[in-house]
Amino acid sequence: MALNTARALALAFTLFWSFIAGAQIAVPPLTGRVTDQTATLSAEQKAVLEQTLQAFEARKGSQLAILIVPTTAPETIEQYALRVAEQWKLGRKKVDDGAVLVIAKADRALRIEVGYGLEGALNDATSKRIISEIITPSFKQGDFYGGIAAGVDQIIRVIDGEPLPQPNAKPAGGMADIQQFVPVILILALVVGGLLRSVLGRFPGALVTGGAVAVVAWFIAGAVSIALVAGMIALLFTLLSGGMGGHGVGGHRGGFGTGGFGGGLGRGGFGGGGGGFGGGGASGRW
Amino acid sequence: MRKLWTALAALVALSLAGCGYNTLQSNDEQIKASWSEVVNQYQRRADLVPNLVNTVKGFAAQEKEVLLGVTNARAKVGGIQATPELINSPEAFAKFQAAQGELSGALSRLLVVSENYPQLKSDANFRDLQAQLEGTENRIAVARNRYIKSVQDFNVTVRSFPSNLTAMAFGYKAKPNFTVENEKAISGAPKVDFGTAK
Repeated sequence: MALNTARALALAFTLFWSFIAGAQIAVPPLTGRVTDQTATLSAEQKAVLEQTLQAFEARKGSQLAILIVPTTAPETIEQYALRVAEQWKLGRKKVDDGAVLVIAKADRALRIEVGYGLEGALNDATSKRIISEIITPSFKQGDFYGGIAAGVDQIIRVIDGEPLPQPNAKPAGGMADIQQFVPVILILALVVGGLLRSVLGRFPGALVTGGAVAVVAWFIAGAVSIALVAGMIALLFTLLSGGMGGHGVGGHRGGFGTGGFGGGLGRGGFGGGGGGFGGGGASGRW
Repeated sequence: MRKLWTALAALVALSLAGCGYNTLQSNDEQIKASWSEVVNQYQRRADLVPNLVNTVKGFAAQEKEVLLGVTNARAKVGGIQATPELINSPEAFAKFQAAQGELSGALSRLLVVSENYPQLKSDANFRDLQAQLEGTENRIAVARNRYIKSVQDFNVTVRSFPSNLTAMAFGYKAKPNFTVENEKAISGAPKVDFGTAK
């Protein structure tokens, strides 16, 4: 508790100072594969790029995105691109096969930020070559769309040479997610169930507890299937645990709330899959 | 009776979570992980050096002093065992940082010198190595940043109440963090001198 307060204070303080210090450019929310804040690309060009990237994700599984901003000052393009990558979390979780092409138009700088899983194929030297031999020559002539399209094509070609897990091959999710909730469910069932059972009687109490746990699980996990299973577990637990006392449950408290949810679920359009980045890639200027 | 047990169990769980022991443990592990990443990236840079030196030597053998500086700094870095224990000892940590800083300086001198050799600059091999070196330096910066953040988290836990009591009881101390190597040089305004022609 004290720690949380301390953290909140520290956070508020940092925020305060970053406002004073006239701070960093905000990373735009991820709404599509192509984000253009400078109106450099026409609607059709944007649509074509979006479609290329979407088709590539459907075929190969890797998530690529393009971001064009006016400037990244006061940060360098490397620092800004990493913040973008950390916020967008492109690429599948654990595969980390995402990449972002960030272009700062007024700074005349660009960077390909590469996720951990693509660092083998799209390594620093390759990224640098794509930037200096394919993209920047077009940029120098003012042909932004041509440079971006050719660069994206080359990036796709390079990634195609890398063996990656099949798209849609879901990493064993379902059950593992439920396992993360078991301790929470047990505690909830124990506390709430014990109360309700003494008030309502055994079966109605268990029923209400099961329903309540299902709703809570639904809010936490955002998936109906998980919520249903959690509710069932809670119902059975409350129903069967009569007279057992509260022993042995307190020790389960460790794993509360540590689960991370990736997979881009529940966000409607396009979302990052939870890929990790560590500063790989290359930058260039034109 | 059962209510008493429930209350007791809740109390135990709460006090375990409240004293910060678990937070200390997870922060400590986080530091170890991010430290490994820092060492990993420094190692990657050290591995690039021999190749880079050889390539530059092929075009600019007369830059003996600079090349020797890089080789020596590389040897010094290789002599330090970057074990996890290193992060618990401020002196060893400072030594490690100094050695890596020296290699950074030597490498940047090498890159400056290489600007004078157009043939070297247009060599494909050199350009690839340069891109790799740039990328690695960026990765080092990222890894150091993440390490700094995790140490900060840990130190906040160690110092704030009530987890500082737990930290004291189990012998956890605030850990050293990365500092800027040449604070004085940075805080002074850079000197621009147009007088000395090359």
